[in-house]
Amino acid sequence: MSHIPTRDEVIEPENLVYSRTCLLTDNALSYCPGCGHGTAHRLIMEVIEEMNLQADTIGVAPVGCSVLAYDFMNIDMQQAAHGRAPAVATGIKRLHPEKFVFTYQGDGDLAAIGTGETIHVCNRGENITVFFVNNGIYGMTGGQMAPTTLPGMKTATSPFGRDVETMGHPLKITELVAQLPGTYFVSRQSVHTPANVRKAKKAIEKAIQYQKLNKGLCFVEIVSNCNSGWKMTPLESNKWMEENMFPYYPLGDIKVPK
Amino acid sequence: MKDIRLMKGNEAIAEGAIRAGCDGYFGYPITPQSEVMEYLFANKIKERTGMIVLQAESEIASIHMVYGGAACGKRVMTSSSSPGISLMQEGISFMAGTELPCLLLNVVRGGPGLGTIQPSQSDYFQTVKGGGHGDYKMIVLAPASVQEMYDFAKLGFELAFKHRIQVMVLSDGAIGQMMEKVELDEQVPRWTDAEIKAMSPWATTGKTPDRERNIITSLDLNPVKQEIININLQKKFKHIQETEVRFERIQCDDAEYLFVAYGSSARICQKAVLLGRERGIKVGLLRPITLFPYPSDELAKLAKQVKGMLSVEMSAGQMVEDVRLSVNGAVPVEHYGRLGGIMPAPDEVLNVLEQNFIKEKTYEPHTN
Ligand SMILES: Cc1ncc(C[n+]2csc(CCOP(=O)(O)OP(=O)(O)O)c2C)c(N)n1
Ligand code: SF4
Ligand SMILES: [Mg+2]
Repeated sequence: MSHIPTRDEVIEPENLVYSRTCLLTDNALSYCPGCGHGTAHRLIMEVIEEMNLQADTIGVAPVGCSVLAYDFMNIDMQQAAHGRAPAVATGIKRLHPEKFVFTYQGDGDLAAIGTGETIHVCNRGENITVFFVNNGIYGMTGGQMAPTTLPGMKTATSPFGRDVETMGHPLKITELVAQLPGTYFVSRQSVHTPANVRKAKKAIEKAIQYQKLNKGLCFVEIVSNCNSGWKMTPLESNKWMEENMFPYYPLGDIKVPK
Repeated sequence: MKDIRLMKGNEAIAEGAIRAGCDGYFGYPITPQSEVMEYLFANKIKERTGMIVLQAESEIASIHMVYGGAACGKRVMTSSSSPGISLMQEGISFMAGTELPCLLLNVVRGGPGLGTIQPSQSDYFQTVKGGGHGDYKMIVLAPASVQEMYDFAKLGFELAFKHRIQVMVLSDGAIGQMMEKVELDEQVPRWTDAEIKAMSPWATTGKTPDRERNIITSLDLNPVKQEIININLQKKFKHIQETEVRFERIQCDDAEYLFVAYGSSARICQKAVLLGRERGIKVGLLRPITLFPYPSDELAKLAKQVKGMLSVEMSAGQMVEDVRLSVNGAVPVEHYGRLGGIMPAPDEVLNVLEQNFIKEKTYEPHTN
């Protein structure tokens, strides 16, 4: 067997231009290669590290592919029941108003089973931050239809494409919560290109920064790919996302502080 | 001087929670227990102790708010009545899986479905035998007076944190709504952040450099590990069964016949014991105060002494199963219950006892 070089042997200190934030653990990510969840995790943890908030942060993981987010995020975390992360975060924040509290949720979690919790946490203007990873599908359970699945999109439970007549329309929950007076900052981003990663990071920074103002809930949607669930290669999935998801879920800030 | 007040059961447990140093209450209105949250709002608890109270959008949200607060090591609670408690089963199961301490209150009303707002004891199975999914138990306290509604808030929090378990106060519409005098005790201060860190090192309070991150989760996909988690839970329940049984014996010493009843039914049976004694019947009452852990050993002992036991419940016969398991056939055990929100009268239950064990002699009198 030839020697497999260690990380330190590969990376000469003078060549090191970027390194992983210490707020990501050494655990190998459980996500499919090419999936956006990992990038989203990294950005959130980077910002928390840069803002020096590790000791002040309590995160809430959802049920979905990111159910094990606490395995990767080196912060105190609670794992919530499917869709209940906003209620769990409310309990934390009400009792710890000085802490930075966030939820990290998928589209099934946030916009199907947890719709009630989502609307009401926004409507109460809880001073928390919601990170919403919308991949238009139930990734974890094997690619069933989500509330956000596009019309005509094939999934395990819409094998001939989503028929909006019988299966309902894709839910633009982000636009919906932006209508509520309790939300302070609402933005939709993606993490599939370097330029988008930079923009998403800015939005994440704001959503974390603004929590300190106690002016209401900050909500960042990340439109993301699920290459496995969509049955595509990672590159195909990113292209498909640009061509199909972005027209329905346009990127950019939806509600900004006046 | 003693601080004695006339209060409703629902108000008493709210006051008890405040004085026990409760940090937060999350709830949703439902008859016959809405006074709990109303009392907290009316009593300016923010100013009194800094406790917070929040009206949630549903019982599902309430219990998960409790989860969030409990996972921070805080003393938190919710209350509801039967239909609302059904909705909370998901959250209760998650708290069982994460071993989070909390105080829960069910002021039971008649079911199934929307049923009635009148008192009932038909949620015994749901409360004592599980309710939500998975192999778990809660400590269940059954108050039979307004004073106990008050006392069980403090006791409930103590037990919850001692064993890292959910404590359910299983009350009913009668105990919740009736007024009695209550002796109040001193305010217990709310825990400081430093106290919480020392007491509950597992709590999510923000990861500091001196410790690993704290994770509250009920998930472990590895069946070998999941089995160990479950075995440890069962060990805890066994320990609780061995150490936390509470009951009250009323005129049991010379009893030949026994009522077994908790909560409102126990109050009715207490009166029936007096009536029975007037009629010359040596009847006693065993009142379980903890429904889990159940006073099985005490019942097994009494089975050697009495000729028959009548389990009286405002249900179709739920707790009677535990009475039968406890005595294991040593003595005849019958059930009497009224349904749908009707409360039996003392002479009614006494007549049933007489008919079952004395007059008609449907059973051979027990001898040994
Ligand atoms: C109460 C309950 N119902 C159903 C499930 C099964 N389940 C697990 S994850 C999931 C969907 C998750 O989809 P999404 O939130 O979009 O997350 P993704 O995996 O796509 O990131 C479902 C239905 C569950 N765990 N709990
Ligand atoms: S199933 Fe989809 S969402 Fe889940 S990890 Fe794989 S690509 Fe990502
Ligand atoms: Mg999804």
